[in-house]
Amino acid sequence: MPPETQDVLDERVGRAYEAGFVTDVEQDTFEPGLDEGVIARLSALKQEPQWMLDWRLKAYQNWLKMHEPTWANIKYEPIDYQSISYYSAPKKSLNSLDEVDPEILATYEKLGIPLLEQQMLAGVAVDAVFDSVSVATTFKAKLAEAGVIFCSMSEAIRDHGDLVRQYLGSVVPRGDNFFAALNSAVFSDGSFVYVPKGVRCPMELSTYFRINASNTGQFERTLIIAEEGAHVSYLEGCTAPMRDENQLHAAVVELYAAEGATIKYSTVQNWYPGDPETGKGGIFNFVTKRGVAERRAKISWTQVETGSAITWKYPSVILKGDDSVGEFYSVALSKAYQQADTGTKMIHVGKNTTSTIISKGISAGFGQNTYRGQVKILRDAENARNFSQCDSMLIGDKCGAHTFPYIDVQNPTAQMEHEASTSKVGEDQLFYCNSRGIDTEDAVGMIVNGFCKEVFNELPMEFAVEARKLLEISLEGSVG
Amino acid sequence: MTMLEIKDLHVRVEDKEILKGLSLTINPGEVHAVMGPNGSGKSTLAQVLAGKDEYEITSGEIRYKGEDLIEQAPEERAREGLFLAFQYPVEIPGVSNVYFLKAALNAIRKHRGLEEMDAMDFLTYVREKMKMVQMDETLLQRPVNEGFSGGEKKRNEIFHLSVLDPTLAVLDETDSGLDIDALKIVSDGVNSLRSPERAFIVITHYQRLLNYIEPDRVHAMVDGRIVESGGKELALKLEDKGYAWLEERVAAADAAAASGA
Ligand SMILES: Nc1ncnc2c1ncn2[C@@H]1O[C@H](COP(=O)(O)OP(=O)(O)O)[C@@H](O)[C@H]1O
Ligand SMILES: [Mg+2]
Repeated sequence: MPPETQDVLDERVGRAYEAGFVTDVEQDTFEPGLDEGVIARLSALKQEPQWMLDWRLKAYQNWLKMHEPTWANIKYEPIDYQSISYYSAPKKSLNSLDEVDPEILATYEKLGIPLLEQQMLAGVAVDAVFDSVSVATTFKAKLAEAGVIFCSMSEAIRDHGDLVRQYLGSVVPRGDNFFAALNSAVFSDGSFVYVPKGVRCPMELSTYFRINASNTGQFERTLIIAEEGAHVSYLEGCTAPMRDENQLHAAVVELYAAEGATIKYSTVQNWYPGDPETGKGGIFNFVTKRGVAERRAKISWTQVETGSAITWKYPSVILKGDDSVGEFYSVALSKAYQQADTGTKMIHVGKNTTSTIISKGISAGFGQNTYRGQVKILRDAENARNFSQCDSMLIGDKCGAHTFPYIDVQNPTAQMEHEASTSKVGEDQLFYCNSRGIDTEDAVGMIVNGFCKEVFNELPMEFAVEARKLLEISLEGSVG
Repeated sequence: MTMLEIKDLHVRVEDKEILKGLSLTINPGEVHAVMGPNGSGKSTLAQVLAGKDEYEITSGEIRYKGEDLIEQAPEERAREGLFLAFQYPVEIPGVSNVYFLKAALNAIRKHRGLEEMDAMDFLTYVREKMKMVQMDETLLQRPVNEGFSGGEKKRNEIFHLSVLDPTLAVLDETDSGLDIDALKIVSDGVNSLRSPERAFIVITHYQRLLNYIEPDRVHAMVDGRIVESGGKELALKLEDKGYAWLEERVAAADAAAASGA
């Protein structure tokens, strides 16, 4: 690689994490440590009903018997679960947006989150989760008119207990895996969405998560229910301040799409990736996301993962009903010392079920990027179809890309198509751009964005623009 | 002023010397044809001019518009009006041809202190240029060169050339792989771009292109050097006699030099 190219790339890799500021607000934070008492305190603080506490405690008992998974292609120092604080929230309690600490609102502003009037213009309803509690939920009125419930999980547990009780854990059971069990025991907040039968949600729903307090784990729990023929598009964005210690983020997202319903779930994840020079700090992102699609329902996951020191995440779809559709579109970037092990699971249960997987992994610096995907066609899934495409792009020669597609076909009528490619951001491509007057930095951004185009096309318009910019910034801080 | 002056250029790649003392001078308004057998170093010359850095310049000099070209980064050269039509145009998946060209043109315009062209003006401008190379408009929205046929790629290079409006254009075997109709379109395109301020280096394997693009000078390149220069009659002679006579002459001269040394 020509020296000046390397310089530009290094400079990009080294670019500061722009969301890495700390907000100075008074926090109520639990002492580090986890036991039944902590869970009881947390539940009491949130004024939860008894059934919720019982559920949490059962999850905790499950978790105690489980072991942290080791099969992923990631390396990290062991996590000390007793050194983490399991609850942290701004001190004042909140009844309306006006009561939100101006510091916090300023934080959101800095992040470019349109929390107030801007939201109206953007047509986005935002549920913002700051550390552990939901700070403000906007647009409730307009949504309520359509019969859509969009609120924090804590609120849902209080106000829509029956719905939560019916669906919570129905897609990702309490004891599903180590991190899901931990989340079930200690989840602090998250979002809840309910779209009634036949309703098309009148706006994009959106949540921003931010980890602020140090030594705090963030465990959100999100549940989206789309009743028969309903339609909803949901986007989450994530950031965290720069800190030297690692912070744990173990979320669970459950989607339930009833007959003929559509759920589109998009993520733009920009957690602090750790120090680009030393690899110190950064978010450990261990997330379980899964959806169940009934007859003719469609669930579509789109993710742009640019942050986190570690990403362990496999948004999945259980294609339960006949003619259901599952989609997974992913861009995962690992630069500097980031490690991403991400992919999807498509479990075909019903007949004529179709799944599509498009994965774009970008590795730069010392980054390690692993695609891990499973496509399972069960015995009764007549005429199931899957198309998988896993492309990797390497920038520089110290990074790595790995692909582990697992395919399990139990019905001979299945049609499977798998394509994979690995490319380097070619000297030839860069030179071609340069020779037309385009400098290397712009050329890299252009080439990588081109590489990710199929995925960006799946994002809601305004977020596609944001994702593209984020990728360019991250590339400046990450294409090396 | 001379547009391009190459003096005794020596270039190597991976310990192999490819250009072995090449000299060439080009004035504004001129069209020079460079012909030579496969492997004689024609593409190397083209890539070195455009600034590809895997080629190591061990000695010699290149001045472009009076400035030291070797010092300049590839994108600077492009912004200063140097253009290379690639022998093998590169594919850039997911980046539309029109987006790419707009970025390129605006980078060049910015360098020249001109305002960036907005999308509407750019489209109008580009459509005009497309007509010249009779390129299908659908190729504008398609990713750069991806899935283009061989002929479409070559035409696309000439299209880029016309949009970017260079001062010195180097065409590396743009004629190879073109059928006679496409060859005519490409030649017409080039001819319409000829002007007193602009110069061309047309690298070709076949003299047939020179039936359409009439060169001011023809150079025969053998083993990394220009060994014979002349008017367009040289192209006919090369077509007729091949390069063997020149290769023999070079070999004899090298042998003499070696024994004399
Ligand atoms: N990047 C490279 N690495 C190694 N050898 C090269 C490279 N580029 C060109 N060469 C060699 O240099 C010689 C001249 O090649 P080239 O300039 O492509 O010739 P032409 O265009 O006249 O056919 C050939 O022997 C070729 O194999
Ligand atoms: Mg050649």
